[in-house]
Amino acid sequence: MSTPVLDVRGLAYAYPDGHQALFGVDVHVYRGERVALLGPNGAGKTTLVLHLNGILTAGAGSVAVSGLPVEKAHLAEIRRRVGIVFQDPDDQLFMGTVRQDVAFGPANLGLKGAALEERVMTALDMVGMADFAGRPPHHLSFGQRRRVAVATVLAMEPEILVLDEPSSNLDPASRRELADILRSLDVTVLMVTHDLPYALELCPRAVVLSDGHVVADGTTYDVLTDAALMRAHRLELPFGFDPRAIDSLPG
Amino acid sequence: MGAGHGHRLFFHGHSAVHRAPAHLKVLVLVGFMLTVVATPRDWYPAFAGYLLAVVAVVLLARVPLLYVVRRMVIEVPFVVFAVLVPFIATGPRTDVLGLTVSEPGLLAAWGLLAKGTIGVMASLTLAATTEPTDVLVGLRRLRLPDLIVQIMGFMIRYLDVVTADLGRMMVSMRSRGMNPRSPRSWPTLARTLGALFIRSYERGERVHLAMLSRGYTGQLP
Repeated sequence: MSTPVLDVRGLAYAYPDGHQALFGVDVHVYRGERVALLGPNGAGKTTLVLHLNGILTAGAGSVAVSGLPVEKAHLAEIRRRVGIVFQDPDDQLFMGTVRQDVAFGPANLGLKGAALEERVMTALDMVGMADFAGRPPHHLSFGQRRRVAVATVLAMEPEILVLDEPSSNLDPASRRELADILRSLDVTVLMVTHDLPYALELCPRAVVLSDGHVVADGTTYDVLTDAALMRAHRLELPFGFDPRAIDSLPG
Repeated sequence: MGAGHGHRLFFHGHSAVHRAPAHLKVLVLVGFMLTVVATPRDWYPAFAGYLLAVVAVVLLARVPLLYVVRRMVIEVPFVVFAVLVPFIATGPRTDVLGLTVSEPGLLAAWGLLAKGTIGVMASLTLAATTEPTDVLVGLRRLRLPDLIVQIMGFMIRYLDVVTADLGRMMVSMRSRGMNPRSPRSWPTLARTLGALFIRSYERGERVHLAMLSRGYTGQLP
């Protein structure tokens, strides 16, 4: 098989206070895949995400993005390749206008002038927010801010898009709009979420992380219908939701 | 952008004062303030002249005078201090309205009050006629160190977020029966401010992470 976009091998990490969050995690994500990373609160999902672009450094094991190891020497290129969309858009949107915010990443990559403007507008077009380029981010609705946060990362043309709880705090319409946008993108996606129906809708494959171990890696349908596995790792489907009752998935 | 959408100190308008380049306005404000502060406090007519000048600019900008005056409540703590000075200061005493007060204290209080009021009014005029982001652009054009401009930019961006945070905390405390006006709740308020500080600090760390994730190296584009 080709080089995986994301290659996590035997990753272990303990926080400075001694709390061990990850115990030898192996995850591989290949080009064009959309993978859901599931797990109860405190399973180590966010810790894993922060390793993907070198914010945290592995205690043991390794992370590589398209063959490039995550190391100090090429952090800039790693951060271009891995685009992380954080949970709270207010943390991600810190400039005066939407345009400046989306330009922040590519400008750090050295883009200027017309090329920069084009990159910004392309990214905003992809999330349907081009008309809002001149607005300050704090005047947008939460759903709009989440979409701009996705655009800030898309503008860096990442090889893998990592989303932390993309559907949290969204109303059903914004949630569906974001799903449409994510499906329309031609990019590899790793999506951290508690929203199991959303995972099933968007990601053919799911990895379950529990107490710092990968305990399942298979099709999302198989994971969600494995009652014993779900129970053992505090995963619960919302009331009335049955994956078996859905005969075809969009996209 | 309508007025309702701008910063709360900004008054939407299209006057010559609104259109003037921000760095020019900042320079004029700083120069004006230095002059006011350097004026000896017993040159009374000069202060009248300064006040007239500020009022003239406000009128020229077509900002309602009341709009500026109402926002001058920020000066109240200084006014209280200035009013106390004549009673506390030493030196020869004199009688004003049946009260015996210190003469040099009275003069000091006048100086503080006059210079402070003119300064606050002039600053509010700048704020009312210039969008915060334009002030930042102006400061950068004046070659203010980039780091300081960045910090001010973040302050403007997150002021609303932190205020909203505090608002939500107050609502939740009120919902549990706290009365913010009663002195009995002051210890709780103090702890709330502590919690708000920690929250904002942690948000700062998250923002920094998000910036690093997009290749930040110390320069804002």
